[in-house]
Amino acid sequence: MATAEVSNVKTLKVQRFKPSDNPETNCYTEEKGVWAWMTTVDHKKIGIMYLVAVAFFFAVGGALAILLRTELLTPAKTFIEADTYNQIFTLHGAIMVFFVLVPSIPAALGNFILPIQLGAKDVAFPRLNLASFYIYVAGAIFTFIALAQNGLDTGWTFYTPYSTQSTTSVIWVTMGVFILGFSSILTGTNFITTVHKLRAPGITWGKLPLNIWALYATSIIQVLATPVLAITVLLLTMEKWLGVGIFDPAIGGDPVLFQHFFWFYSHPAVYIMIVPGFGIISEVISTFSKKTVFGYWAIALSSLAIAFIGFLVWGHHMFTSGQSAIATTVFSFLTFLVGIPTGIKIFNWLATLYKGSIKMDTPMIYVFSFLFIFSIGGFTGITLGALSVDIHLHDTYYVVAHFHYVMMGGTLIALLAGLHYWWPKMTGKMYNERLAKIGSGFIFIGFNMTFLPQFIMGSQGMPRRYYNYIDQFTPFHQTSTIGSYILGVGFLLILYYLLHSLFKGAQAPANPWNSRGLEWQATSPPDFHNFDHTPVVIHGPYDYHQPMEEFQLGLAVDGNGHDSTQEVKEVVDSEREQWKNYSLG
Amino acid sequence: MSNHSVAHASHVQHHFVDSDQQFDAAKMGMWVFIVNEILFFGGLFCAYIVFRAWYPDLFTQAATELNTFWGAVNTVVLIGSSLTVAMAIRSAQKNQKRGIEINLLITIALACVFLVIKYFEYSHKIHIGILPGESLYTYDGIDHPLAHVFFSIYYIMTGIHALHIIVGIGLMLWIYGKARKGAFSSEYYTHVEIVGLYWHLVDVIWIFLFPLLYLIE
Repeated sequence: MATAEVSNVKTLKVQRFKPSDNPETNCYTEEKGVWAWMTTVDHKKIGIMYLVAVAFFFAVGGALAILLRTELLTPAKTFIEADTYNQIFTLHGAIMVFFVLVPSIPAALGNFILPIQLGAKDVAFPRLNLASFYIYVAGAIFTFIALAQNGLDTGWTFYTPYSTQSTTSVIWVTMGVFILGFSSILTGTNFITTVHKLRAPGITWGKLPLNIWALYATSIIQVLATPVLAITVLLLTMEKWLGVGIFDPAIGGDPVLFQHFFWFYSHPAVYIMIVPGFGIISEVISTFSKKTVFGYWAIALSSLAIAFIGFLVWGHHMFTSGQSAIATTVFSFLTFLVGIPTGIKIFNWLATLYKGSIKMDTPMIYVFSFLFIFSIGGFTGITLGALSVDIHLHDTYYVVAHFHYVMMGGTLIALLAGLHYWWPKMTGKMYNERLAKIGSGFIFIGFNMTFLPQFIMGSQGMPRRYYNYIDQFTPFHQTSTIGSYILGVGFLLILYYLLHSLFKGAQAPANPWNSRGLEWQATSPPDFHNFDHTPVVIHGPYDYHQPMEEFQLGLAVDGNGHDSTQEVKEVVDSEREQWKNYSLG
Repeated sequence: MSNHSVAHASHVQHHFVDSDQQFDAAKMGMWVFIVNEILFFGGLFCAYIVFRAWYPDLFTQAATELNTFWGAVNTVVLIGSSLTVAMAIRSAQKNQKRGIEINLLITIALACVFLVIKYFEYSHKIHIGILPGESLYTYDGIDHPLAHVFFSIYYIMTGIHALHIIVGIGLMLWIYGKARKGAFSSEYYTHVEIVGLYWHLVDVIWIFLFPLLYLIE
């Protein structure tokens, strides 16, 4: 026994590497020019390219939303035709879901941050990573071809039999979504492998940042759910092209089967969108409370629990579609279960705040917005999961408000928190804090003004997707529209000061927030290889009670010592000519 | 001190510490991809189960149109090719470079045999009017109004599987080319290993397709 224990202890010679606040070179100075960017396999640049693409699609989807809200200013026609209206809400939904929300946090921020948080030089498969970006672009091109032709008016859900009858360009969009799915799958595959195989010495599963846990859970959902969407849209394409008789009831198919297939992906997909947001919230809340995250394992494992339960609840989208009564009851019960891991997270975050040294910088303001808005989104989800209530609320604005509170109030606000949090790391520049705070105010007020009235009119019976409405809903619709303008101004303000910071912003130090996270021990922006040394991790990522220099260790010796399965039991600090022993459990 | 000055073997990419880490990562990535593929085909199997549960008569009647003999031959061909691809990996592990090339060539040949047999099966059906899709289907030998649904499922499942065979042939030609240049040895045979894994997956899927489509009665 004694010898077995000894062989488990591994001694690494380390020294302290204090990151420079003014690095001479960084990942952007090493390769230059458009061609170098387009062919780069550097995860950081691919992350930035994704971020730009996502921002572009968000602008397109957002502009479409503004058009929709403007049309709804008056009960009858305001300025666009009913058919155009159908196409605009379809495109708004499809673009926001497939081109913005799904890739936003994992592919943009995750790509940039994940390898650095693991102390790796890159993701496991850098070329696949670049391929995933171009596949995303190819999917986008297909969608734009559809736009240029006949548009699309099926809603983003492509429900049969309407989608098989519609004369709009359904096939182009379904093929676009099919292609896009590969991008998501490749990112997921890459992240899972990277987390398993490329962790720096000392990063055990218990020392993984919670952001990594969240991205890991997300990747599992991407890998398990996306292929089902792929086969679904492929079958739908076949149905429309050849009439294979699987989904179209006129030739022997079953439209409810399509809904089962579609939601088997698309319900887990909402967790693909929101779970990475949870990761960001955990990071930011710890950094700006200067405190160890309360309930590390509870938060880490609840992400996996959400991933798991998320696969068992798809039927709650079909309570009114003619499922059996037993199925609806079971799905309703399982839907309530999702509330448990989510609630665990919220309570652990609140407990993290308790007695912390809270600093209300912009990322933290977004975290508080998130906690407020996402909780409303979550609770209204429980309401909708209740069978009898759902019969009344199904396909009303209540549903629209619910998923905007979760998807926009949750994912996008978490994305904004993460974007502001990591902006100095990604660009090496500080943004204008005062403008950022004003911007977050616009977002919070605009958001609630847009979607809170939709809960009320939804519960009073205003159906979703309608072009006209009866007069009694006018004040709600108008408040909502004005709210959407405020939201738009907020986003323009954010765009302005972020771009401004790129050119005129102050130089960002390596660790502006005094975080203990490993990514903050790289320079801002990071070196081409992320770190100029192999980082060695001896503490958890939120151990604020430990001195900063113990988070800046790296291998002093040549050779690898790259064996993340073993805990680093003993560390020799050679810089201070001093032997220190760490015994870690 | 600097972590990228460490001497790497020529095949190790810059972001890996050593050959083992690269090999483990590649293998794990392939396993994750295989999970993907299983879920992808899982959707099709699910559609199969639903329609078979609804129309059991249709399936037993329509399946008689499929040629069990040639289906069985193809099963043997594919299982044989799985053996030879495994032997290619074994050759690589034992550093027998000639063995890698020969076994890959046999595997490619067997995959082509599979496709040729599939081609004759398809063209016979197309000739008598069994085509996927309600409007193209003109065969009247099966007394069931939804006969086209069975054959749509048949064509989609075997068609996507055949597509995987074609991709597999492409991959094996590629690594055959690399093997000829002496790229693989017992030190480094990642490509052979993961293409082998892929090929076993393609084989296993056929092992499920064959009884579900050909052998029901």
